[in-house]
Amino acid sequence: MYTFSSKLKTFSFVLMAIGFLGIGYGFLSAPKNIQEVEALLAADSHGGHGSESAHEAASSEHASAEAKHDVKADSEHKEHLEHVFHQLSNKPWSALYVACIFFMLLSLGTLAFYAIQQVAQAGWSPVLFRVMQGITAYLPVGSVIFFIILVLCGLHFNHLFIWLDPEVVKHDELIQTKSGFLNFPFWIVRAAVFLTGWNLYRYFSRKNCLAQDESNDNSFYKKNFNYSAGFLVFFIVTESIMSWDWIMSIDPHWFSTLFGWYVFASFFVSGITMICMVTLYLKSRGYLEHVNTSHVHDLAKFMFGISVFWTYLWFSQFMLIWYANIPEEITYFITRIQVYNLPFFGAVVMNFLFPVLILINTDFKRITWVLVMAGIVILLGHYVDFFNMIMPGTVGGSWFIGVPEIASVLFFLGLFIFVVFSALTKAPLLAKRNPFIEESKHFHY
Amino acid sequence: MSNKVIYAIYNDDDILMDAVKKTRAAHHHIEEVFTPFPVHGLDKAMGLAPTRLAICAFIYGLCGLSFGTFLMDFVMIQDWPQDIGGKPSFSYIDNMPAFVPIMFEETVFFAAHLMVITFYMRSRLWPFKEAENPDVRTTDDHFLMEVAVNGNEEDLVSFFEGTGAVEVKVIEKH
Repeated sequence: MYTFSSKLKTFSFVLMAIGFLGIGYGFLSAPKNIQEVEALLAADSHGGHGSESAHEAASSEHASAEAKHDVKADSEHKEHLEHVFHQLSNKPWSALYVACIFFMLLSLGTLAFYAIQQVAQAGWSPVLFRVMQGITAYLPVGSVIFFIILVLCGLHFNHLFIWLDPEVVKHDELIQTKSGFLNFPFWIVRAAVFLTGWNLYRYFSRKNCLAQDESNDNSFYKKNFNYSAGFLVFFIVTESIMSWDWIMSIDPHWFSTLFGWYVFASFFVSGITMICMVTLYLKSRGYLEHVNTSHVHDLAKFMFGISVFWTYLWFSQFMLIWYANIPEEITYFITRIQVYNLPFFGAVVMNFLFPVLILINTDFKRITWVLVMAGIVILLGHYVDFFNMIMPGTVGGSWFIGVPEIASVLFFLGLFIFVVFSALTKAPLLAKRNPFIEESKHFHY
Repeated sequence: MSNKVIYAIYNDDDILMDAVKKTRAAHHHIEEVFTPFPVHGLDKAMGLAPTRLAICAFIYGLCGLSFGTFLMDFVMIQDWPQDIGGKPSFSYIDNMPAFVPIMFEETVFFAAHLMVITFYMRSRLWPFKEAENPDVRTTDDHFLMEVAVNGNEEDLVSFFEGTGAVEVKVIEKH
């Protein structure tokens, strides 16, 4: 049995407290009205006001049209202010949203990996099943918080999803044609169905796994096999729609067909990396007696392989759109390259170049500190990936990785650590009567 | 000095593994082991050094990547930078996404083929090469360990008969 070390518990509470304060600060320091934004922009004189002075220079040349021009510049100025105001008031919400969806999907990725291991009847992984179940224990908690945020979006507490604003939809024909799919009731019911489905599988799978420990035959194992196969079918359909609903609809004028796979690869590799990190932590504390370097080596191979898979999808999506350069699709990448240059290409370095060069070596895949380092870079890289998917559509040019962003990550990280390691104390770390457990104990690569 | 060798022949891979371990423990030098199929762990039991073929492949892959990059840069950017469908041929990085499929394939092509050729050269395999089978049954269902004879021949033969060999032969090698 695992006992939650009091040090780690305190650490998770400290993370949550710091995160909570930071999130609160983020909301309090966001501008309340347009006047505040005006003052902010005036103080930041080298910012968006360059264009304003250009306007003035142009209008003085055409003295006759001066009055007319002033009116135009004035209304443009107002529009600009309102635009920036929306971006800045979205900022703390987006920071919260990115961190929340990242950790929730990370545990969903672990759940998908777990289901695949069950269905594939993998002989190496059963000693890690309880670790995976511990990580997926975050899914119910994360789902509830995430669902609340979605409801708040629907109640117009923020402008994360512009298609939720009837004023915007009224003047936007493109969104109007999509409103059969993108309307609040349908959207929130879909979200409820997806989250419930995933959580039901997690609940019953864990219950059956624990029941299998005490039973005399393999009926619970077989049940879990069937549930897992069913879940994987449900998962791949809902995962695809989920990625349209919760991420792609942030930019409702844009669409991409392989987006679902791309999002999947991103959180799947994060989930596998998290399994590896938690395993290494528990192993270093002496709790996983049967886990050897071969198990860790296998996890590292998955981290390596799925990182390459993510890059393949990232590049396929980018290159197809870049090559064809159709205006309605390319804007998505123009914003990201011009305004998010460093995070956009930095994510490729962190999620591809670094893991590929580090994890290609067989010996390195067995060394704890190398894996921890690679894992941290991969997890940060995929946070940046989600940041890149969501932020350009919500805060645009006003992005910055500052207090609200870091605090949100710290808060959810603390919550994640607390929930996961509490769950790990609730059951023995080794499944007893899994048909493959003996093979897994002696797994050697 | 005569170059006599012992051929100890086995018909089971588990017995062969035990025999290899015993032979190593008794400090007899194993010249070679012939098996009809890969025996898991045999190289470790024999104490063979790990292969460096993967390192070669990595270096070959880097060569392929460099070649692909050079090729596309020279042809598309330096030599004749045409405007083809509005693609930006001003610098390599401007048009890089279009070159990635080629860079990738060159990497894989070089890594795969040069590694295979390296393997053939290092293991001396080529068409019309004369086969080096000491006993024709080793390609079907027998395992053969070849050990050089130094010192007492009788002792050595009885040692190998004790390891479960179905046949022990002493052969004069030329």
